[in-house]
Formats: sequence, structure tokens, C-alpha cells
Amino acid sequence: MMFIKINGVKQEIEDKFNLAELIRIKGLSCNQIVVEHNQRILAKEAWREITLNENDTLEIVSFVGGG
Amino acid sequence: MKDILKIADREINNRLFVGTGKFSSYKLMQEVLESCDIDIVTVALRRVDLESKTENILSYIPKKCTVMTNTSGARNADEAVRIARLAQASGAGNWIKIEVIKDNKYLLPDNFETLKAVEILAKEGFIVLPYISPDISMAKRMIEAGACAVMPLGSPIGSNRGLKTKELVRIMIEEIDAPVIVDAGLGRPSDACECMELGCAAVLINTAIAVAKNPVQLAQAFNKGVESGRLAFLSGVPAIVGHARASSPLTGFLRQ
Amino acid sequence: MSFYKTYSEYKNLDLDKQFSAVRSSDILYASVKTDSKISKLINLLSPLAQSHLEELAQVAQGLTLQYFGRTIQLYTPLYLSNYCDNKCVYCSFNVENSFKRRKLNHQELEKEAKFISSTGLKHLLILTGESRRESPISYIKECVKILKNYFSSISIEIYPLSEEEYSELITSGVDGLTIYQEVYNESIYSKMHICGPKRDYVFRLEAPERGAKAGMRVINIGALLGLYDWRKEVFFMGLHAKYLQDKFPDAEIGVSLPRLRPFAGDFKVPYPVNNIDIVQIILSLRIFLPRVGISISTREEQNFRDSLIPLGITRMSAGSSTRVGGHTINASIVESLAQFEISDERSVKEIKMKLEEKGYQPVFKDWMHF
Repeated sequence: MMFIKINGVKQEIEDKFNLAELIRIKGLSCNQIVVEHNQRILAKEAWREITLNENDTLEIVSFVGGG
Repeated sequence: MKDILKIADREINNRLFVGTGKFSSYKLMQEVLESCDIDIVTVALRRVDLESKTENILSYIPKKCTVMTNTSGARNADEAVRIARLAQASGAGNWIKIEVIKDNKYLLPDNFETLKAVEILAKEGFIVLPYISPDISMAKRMIEAGACAVMPLGSPIGSNRGLKTKELVRIMIEEIDAPVIVDAGLGRPSDACECMELGCAAVLINTAIAVAKNPVQLAQAFNKGVESGRLAFLSGVPAIVGHARASSPLTGFLRQ
Repeated sequence: MSFYKTYSEYKNLDLDKQFSAVRSSDILYASVKTDSKISKLINLLSPLAQSHLEELAQVAQGLTLQYFGRTIQLYTPLYLSNYCDNKCVYCSFNVENSFKRRKLNHQELEKEAKFISSTGLKHLLILTGESRRESPISYIKECVKILKNYFSSISIEIYPLSEEEYSELITSGVDGLTIYQEVYNESIYSKMHICGPKRDYVFRLEAPERGAKAGMRVINIGALLGLYDWRKEVFFMGLHAKYLQDKFPDAEIGVSLPRLRPFAGDFKVPYPVNNIDIVQIILSLRIFLPRVGISISTREEQNFRDSLIPLGITRMSAGSSTRVGGHTINASIVESLAQFEISDERSVKEIKMKLEEKGYQPVFKDWMHF
């Protein structure tokens, strides 16, 4: 098990978890979100190539109403 | 010749731009956008709440709309740039309304950080529309840096106080070649009409419509206000002609 | 981007056609609208506008009071040298006119400076003919070094320089640039300037913006009225002033209205400009560009100059001489040719009194270097 940060919150997940798999498990629709991994914005296609490591940070954002 | 507003490659028919925040539901927001035939819409980017399911706002926005992502939440240029890049990566396009606010009391924008963000994003090819405090020299710098328009506030966000910055906005319209779009603080259709009469290229309305008792109807009223103001501007609103002062003739000497 | 681009965009505009389409309502509307659109200038310069001069004068006076108050800045020209390499058909200093050319040496300059300064004037305009050989930048810098001790603001009216050369002069103490295009119409320009460096129309046209980029605080432009159709010339001069104001908002832009006067030579004024025309020009420019400075020189006769003051004038020359050393040295033995004849020969003191009588404050100094 290892710790990573998702949207500022520490979460415990299994070692060497695949990013695309994580997103699927969290129930997030890939069409609505954007993912930033360790400060780098990732294209959707790149998600399945990323293996997460200890202390990685993820920012997962999506669109909402705004002025 | 049709009166079209052109920004970057987009031909805009409706000079009423609508912000999508504060609506009671995405469905209602969609009704507003459809019934008023809106062309330009703003949205924001936020961290996803991993505990609950949220709808995708983009599926409620008519296909014909150009979605402009607002960098709200950014407190400095770097954060605004980051949000812009995230928005582009999502496939939502590259129209960005730069909003950098450090002031939580009045929500007045930080023009200096906004300029920095314009410089970076314009170079990267974004279509940049900065939201600013009406400052003519800053606005000129932003246009020079590549902004496609400037968006001076009418009065503080959400205050519905109307066009309190009228004189400064008028000066901007006179001195700047690019579109001047009043954003923030407009509360009534007459405010929108006033902006358009002055010569604004468009107006952006959010709170007033979103929190109205009947948003769809009020949006339609705003639509008419914008159209009416624009038509008045194009017709040449008569100037207030003062009477000449009664004093001895200044050119009498020519007839001597 | 340069003014030549703007000029080229408008040079084929049929101004006569535009002028003839103007109606009285356009003129009155133009006089009260606060924008500075080109159509406004066309309305104000039209022949029909001469039937509305009194109404326009009231508006112009109101604007001048608002932007300048009741003040008139005084200055005088000091001719350093009349050596010239150009053959301009309309000028006494024309290279083909044979007369004894002069250039002030340091002592003579000091004498002129002392005298002018004693009249109270602190703003000086130094002039030379166009000769890089006889009056090079180094000579001008030496003169400025001496003049700095007597005057708080020094403007130059010399041959056009590069941006670096303007920077050099600014560093040595110059803060203002006056340069007249003489004729904005490109083809007439080449007929008037037969040979010499002045033939380069574009280099001269772009001089004010080079000066502004280098940091000149005050920039004066002008057309020599009488060389060509004045309505068209003032149209381009107005565009030029607006261009400079818009591009260099930190510089003070002014226009001058030199009207061709008799001088040594065979030249006859091809497009004479009468008094009513001068009034229309002043009113048009004031209303089109409320912030622009407007100068009237001593080419104009005394009573006429005085009548123009309430219409929008902001600067006047006083105690002038267009001879090299003409303030002091001409009073003695040395013969010197005038560039043009002066009509208003009043002393600085007399002009000061006249201004005060008319309710205006003569300003001798409104600038200082730290």
C-alpha cells in the first residue's frame, strides 16, 4: 500500500496502481475530467500509461457553472 | 450588412454573453441558453468531488455555443495559466476569460497579475479575454500583449449595481480599438442597454439571470435590452447640444 | 507602423468630394461630439463650416479653457546658423540664394542667450538651416550646453535626426522637438524640395515619432500654409497630430500654423490662405483634438494675433528674430538675412501686457530639469 494525494487529500491505495484504472474505480467519467499528474497535464490517452508512485499528486478537475 | 461581432475567428450574433454559475439547475441554465440563442458562455473549472457523482455541465450547453473557461479561483498569473491549460487539455477549446482575484471582499480583479497571464497565454495561442478593473493603460498593454478584447467590470461581481464605472468604460471605448465587453455587476436589462448604447461590443451577465425568479424570462429581457442598446448606438444617439454662451462674438474681428 | 502608413491609407481619399457632402447639421453635431473620428475633422474643415465660425468659436473657446485655462506660453526662436544644403523653393535660406551665411560662435551665442533670458523668457527654440556639415550634432550639443544655463526648456527645430541622435540631444539637455513636414502631399512635396537631404519625404515625416520614441517631451508639427490646398494639408496635419497623441500619450503634441510670407526669392504663394481660413483651421484643430497645443508665430501681424488668442491658441513667440544672432548682433554692424519677415515686432514686455489686458496669464516657464 502507498499514499498519494488526490485533490489535496491524502489517500491510501495499492502499490503501483495504474492511473486509468484508478479513475475507472472512482467512477469518474473520462469525458468530463482533466487530470494533472505531478503538475503535468495528461491527455486522456496517456492515463493508462501512468503507474502511480508513493507521494504522487493528482489534481482532477472538471467543468462547473461559472461567471 | 449584418452587425456581427468578430472575436478571433468566431462570428458572434448575440452580444449577450451568459455566465453559467449560480443557477438552481443545469437544466434551467440550458433553457436560458436555448431560448435566448446565446453564442458565448462561460464556465469554470473546479476540483472534482470524489465522494459524489456530479453531472457534466458541458452536456447541457448547446452545441453552437463557444465555451469560454473562466480562470476563477486563480489568485495569481501562474494559477490562471494552469487553469487555462487544464481547460484546453479537456478539449473544451481555447477561449479563456482571465479572472485573477486576490481580494475577497469586493472581488475586484488584480490587473497586474491578469496582464502577466495575458502575456503568457496569448503567446501559447489561447483566445484571451481578460476581466479587469477599468484601467486604460493596463487595457492597452493587454491588447498589445495579444488579448482579443477587454472586459471591464461594471460594478463588483454579483452586486447588481449596474454600470458604476461608466466614465472609465466610455474612455476605454473611445481609446481602444478592440472590443470592450462589460462584465460583472450588471443587474437589469436597462444596465445592459446602457452599456451597448455607449458603444460596448457586448455584455456578460451571470448573477442577475441565474438568481432571478424567472431566469428564462429575464434573460429574454436582457436580450432585448442588448439589442435595443446596440441599435441605438448604430443609429447615432444625438449628443446633448448645449446652447452657446451669450458673450461678445469671438469672430467679429474677421468682418472688420 | 509609422505615420507614413496612415498617410498612405488616406492619401487617395477624395477630400473635395467629402467636403462637398458635408451639411450644416454634420458640422454642429461634430462640434459637440467628444470623439476624434476622421469624419469630424472633415466636417470642421469643410467650406460650409465657414458659415458657422461663431458657433465653432464658442465651442473651441470652451474646450481651450477646459484643457488649458487662461494661460499662453511664451517662447522665442534663436537662429544658430543659416547654412543650408537644401533647395526649397519657398525659403530664404535656399542653398542657391547667395548671401553671407553665418553661424554663431560661443561668445555670440552667450550674448544672445543673456539678452533673451533677460526678457524673462525661459523657453527657447533653437533653429538651424539643414547642414550636417556646418551645424553638426556636436555643434548643437555645444550650444545646448551653454543655453542650459539660461533656459529651462530647449526645443530644437533642425534637420531630421535618427532616434539615437535625438536621444543624444535629449541627454545633453533638449526636451522639445519642432519639425514641420512643410507639405503633406507627397507629390507637391517633391516639387517644392528640389534637391538636398530634405527631399527624403518619409524620413522627415517619421522624425516626430523617432523623437517621441527617444523621449522628447514636447513635439510640434506643422504644415507651411500656402504651399498647397490648406484644407487638405490641415487634414493630414490633424491626422498626424492625432496619430502622435494616440501613440505617445506621454508626450505633449502641438501644431503650428506658419503661413507663407514674403521673403527673398522669386517664389509666389501658390495657394494663399486668408485670415478667415486661419481662424477655421484653429477652431477645427481645437475641436478635433482638444488637448493639442496650437502656436501662432510672429509671421502674423499684431492685431490679428491678438484676436486669435481666445480661439484656442496656447503658445506664442515673442520678441522674435529670424536672423542669425538677430536678438543682439544684428543691432550692430553684421548683415544677416532673415528666413522670413516678422510682422509682429512687439517686445516680450509688450506682449505680456497685451495678454494680461485680455485676461490671459503669460507663462514664461512651466518646466524644469532636475
